[in-house]
Amino acid sequence: MPDVKEKGWRNDAYAKVTGKAKYSDDLKFVNMLHAVPVYSDYVHAKLVQVHTAEAEASPGVVKVLTSRDVPGSNHFGQIIRDFRIFADDKIRYHGDVVAMVVAETRAQALQAAARVRIEAEPLPALLDAEEALRPDAILVHENHGSNIINTHHVRRGDIEKGFAVSELILERVYETQFIEHAYMEPEVSVCLPRPDGVMEVRGSMQHPFSTRRFVATCLGVPLAAVEVVGMPLGGGFGGKDDTAAIVCARTALAARLLNRPVKMAYSREWSIRESYKRHPYRVYYKMGLTRTGEIRAVQCKIIADGGAYCSVTPWVTWRSTVQCCGPYAVEHVHCDTWGVYTNNVVTGAMRGFGSPQMNFVIESIIEEAAAELGLPAIELRRRNMVRQGSVTITGQKLDNHTVSMEQVLDTVFQEIGYEKKLGCCSHGQGDGEELYGIGLAMSYRGVSLGAEGVDFCAAIINVQADGSVILDVGVHENGQGSETAMSLILAQELGIDLDVIHYKRSSTSTIPDSGTTVASRGTIMGGGAVALAARELKLKIAKLFAAELDCAPEEVRFVANQLIGKDEKKSLPFAEAIRRMFQMQQFPYALGVYRAPQVTWDEEIGQGNAYFTWVYGCQAVELTVNKTTGKVKLLNAVACHDVGKAINNTMLVGQFFGGMAMGTGYALHEDLNVVDGKISHGNLNRYHLPRALDLPEMKAVVVENYDAVSPTGAKSIGEPTNEIMAPAIANAIFHATGVRHYKLPIKITAQDSTKGGR
Amino acid sequence: MKLTVNGIQRDITRAQAEKRLIDYLREDLDLTGAKIGCEVGACGTCTVLVNDRPVKSCLKRVNEVADASILTIEGLAAQDGTLHPLQQAFIDAGAVQCGFCTPGMILVAHALLLSNPAPTRAEIRRAIHGNLCRCTGYQQIIDAVEMAASFYGKK
Ligand code: FES
Ligand code: FES
Repeated sequence: MPDVKEKGWRNDAYAKVTGKAKYSDDLKFVNMLHAVPVYSDYVHAKLVQVHTAEAEASPGVVKVLTSRDVPGSNHFGQIIRDFRIFADDKIRYHGDVVAMVVAETRAQALQAAARVRIEAEPLPALLDAEEALRPDAILVHENHGSNIINTHHVRRGDIEKGFAVSELILERVYETQFIEHAYMEPEVSVCLPRPDGVMEVRGSMQHPFSTRRFVATCLGVPLAAVEVVGMPLGGGFGGKDDTAAIVCARTALAARLLNRPVKMAYSREWSIRESYKRHPYRVYYKMGLTRTGEIRAVQCKIIADGGAYCSVTPWVTWRSTVQCCGPYAVEHVHCDTWGVYTNNVVTGAMRGFGSPQMNFVIESIIEEAAAELGLPAIELRRRNMVRQGSVTITGQKLDNHTVSMEQVLDTVFQEIGYEKKLGCCSHGQGDGEELYGIGLAMSYRGVSLGAEGVDFCAAIINVQADGSVILDVGVHENGQGSETAMSLILAQELGIDLDVIHYKRSSTSTIPDSGTTVASRGTIMGGGAVALAARELKLKIAKLFAAELDCAPEEVRFVANQLIGKDEKKSLPFAEAIRRMFQMQQFPYALGVYRAPQVTWDEEIGQGNAYFTWVYGCQAVELTVNKTTGKVKLLNAVACHDVGKAINNTMLVGQFFGGMAMGTGYALHEDLNVVDGKISHGNLNRYHLPRALDLPEMKAVVVENYDAVSPTGAKSIGEPTNEIMAPAIANAIFHATGVRHYKLPIKITAQDSTKGGR
Repeated sequence: MKLTVNGIQRDITRAQAEKRLIDYLREDLDLTGAKIGCEVGACGTCTVLVNDRPVKSCLKRVNEVADASILTIEGLAAQDGTLHPLQQAFIDAGAVQCGFCTPGMILVAHALLLSNPAPTRAEIRRAIHGNLCRCTGYQQIIDAVEMAASFYGKK
């Protein structure tokens, strides 16, 4: 087995570094048509008619499609069926697609798209999430009766009593912005109508099963008549679910109606305009503490702008609700959360999923509280953080895994030399041009979906007669390296070489629907299924050869491509055993299913065992703020996360760095700048993503407390690394300038940076 | 007009001369390693080398690079498929995640190392600053470039 702990082996690396990897837009088929979307310039309008005749008469145009052409349902969604394949009754946001032009070439399609005429009656637009809650608010979906997509609550203890016994009460309001996933590859779909009647869908999406549901519903065909085939994906970060699935549905529709292969490749502008974003939050937060620093009460009101369609707003805001006090055990909690419709761009899943917003709030206010009490913020954290056996704010006792909150905090604290450096912070005073600050933040995070949904995953191991192995797993390769992680787990379990394992890029027609590869569930769920499948297969093989190896089946070990008996000297090559199995009419084949342990949830009061296990993380940054320009320069960043067990170190730390970079953008640079419902930073030249010079050298520290709930011991990492960077930076900026920021992205004025601190 | 792409000389038709370089490479030569990420020169996924210098091929017409020698990612490995040490370093360092930025990143790094075989980490950052990567935070990309530098020094 290659030394993957040291080197970055991945099954797709060769193809990717040589340019041979074929992403969706790299596909070409004979007779392939090209489709492009048509938008209107309205933010909210009654759609009267779409005039397509002129566009249809344009050179090369084969057809212009609108909602009238949808044979199945034009409405779909994972929770509420409010998404439109094409706008029908109304235009609800600037990214609504009204029509689609299909032509022989992309250039012809683009030309014709400008000739589609949209007749609509503009309506006043609803652009503020809080306004959406007013009884007289403009309605985005009249049939829905109100703009409330969902509410969630936590009711714990007695909030009034909690504040009554508090000696310090802080009340603050926080706001966060719309941000873009900015996967480097925009959405693409290529659909092939097959002679067997199946619509084959390829594309840049991260949830093949959800995509299949969107496509089948739009076409009005059974799920089995659609095969979604995974392609190398140029990043997802949670952003290639609903809206990417709709791109596939429209493309499939054109392919079905015209009976030819069709490609729709999104430009970056369309991608930014139409795809869903991270929810902007407005959070009213009130915290009560005793003079000695015990948090007694938290009351919060969370309002999330869901934009024009529901997408997964109820799930995103559920996580925010469950984790509304961060990693602190609080006795009295009263939380109300709303996800609301507006005419802004749709919001949905994005790496972190409702936690980056809340962590910014909690990890900021905790430092303010500490300062008011004259306590070190670290001390305040230690006094209130969850520990082994703690009970969370939803009543869950943390006793089935190692609660390593303090361990990760201590690790970062030591690693970066926090205590000493805290003493060197400028607090707005200093002779030089640059003010210095250090800051940290920490979190705990429920793993996988929790009570959001049904959570199980399948893996198929199919060993061939020559001993080579086909592995098929229900999780999706988004670029994070899940195929590699799955292959490594299998190699480890079966004791075979990596190079005999061939990962089958999954297709919805070969593996059971295992849900989506989001919520950092790839490694724990997919890896769990692989491990269980491998264990079943080993037992099956061992039963056949145990007698020969002079031991019980349970005693047969699989190492170094051998089956080894209790007596080390008795062994049989793995490939030999497999060859003989075929002669015995036995398939070396196993289906493994990992079912997430049960969770419980009472929606009324927001109590229950929300997640089956938790991950713990802490991050710290050092930075300077320029007194004149307000420019922030990061000097250093350290992250420590308890991942349960590392499967592939190189890629694991890659998740750390990528998450920290994305969190830096969230804190300092990124903002779609939505004005009057229109995105003004609509391409990458205006939308500021972190670049190499914006980032510091980063350090990743991996903590491994094997998690017995997970068949491999591994938990998750993708999202935790992203969710605490913003508060760590906000805290460091405070220590540099003495000014506290309540809004993301943080904008520092020259005035701020010379105001001076406490 | 003519163009040399990955060592092969190509005759350019009048229609091809008017195309964007990225489209000529992807459509006419099926060299799809260069990717389209923004079309406004902001992301660098379309980067190729023109006479050893990185160029964003979405911003150039073919006739603007007449008679030049173009290197795309497909031209970096040896004929027999053996990886160039820089490509190997990208794998070893874990610099590849989704891979969409990878061809462009490797090529800007290649251009840097050709002219400066011993760059500091800050110099590497400066060289790749025009290329976006959303997955890696650049840390392991910089590691990879550092790792490969010794090879260029030896040449
Ligand atoms: S596609 Fe050329 S720089 Fe983005
Ligand atoms: S590896 Fe995904 S954008 Fe760089």
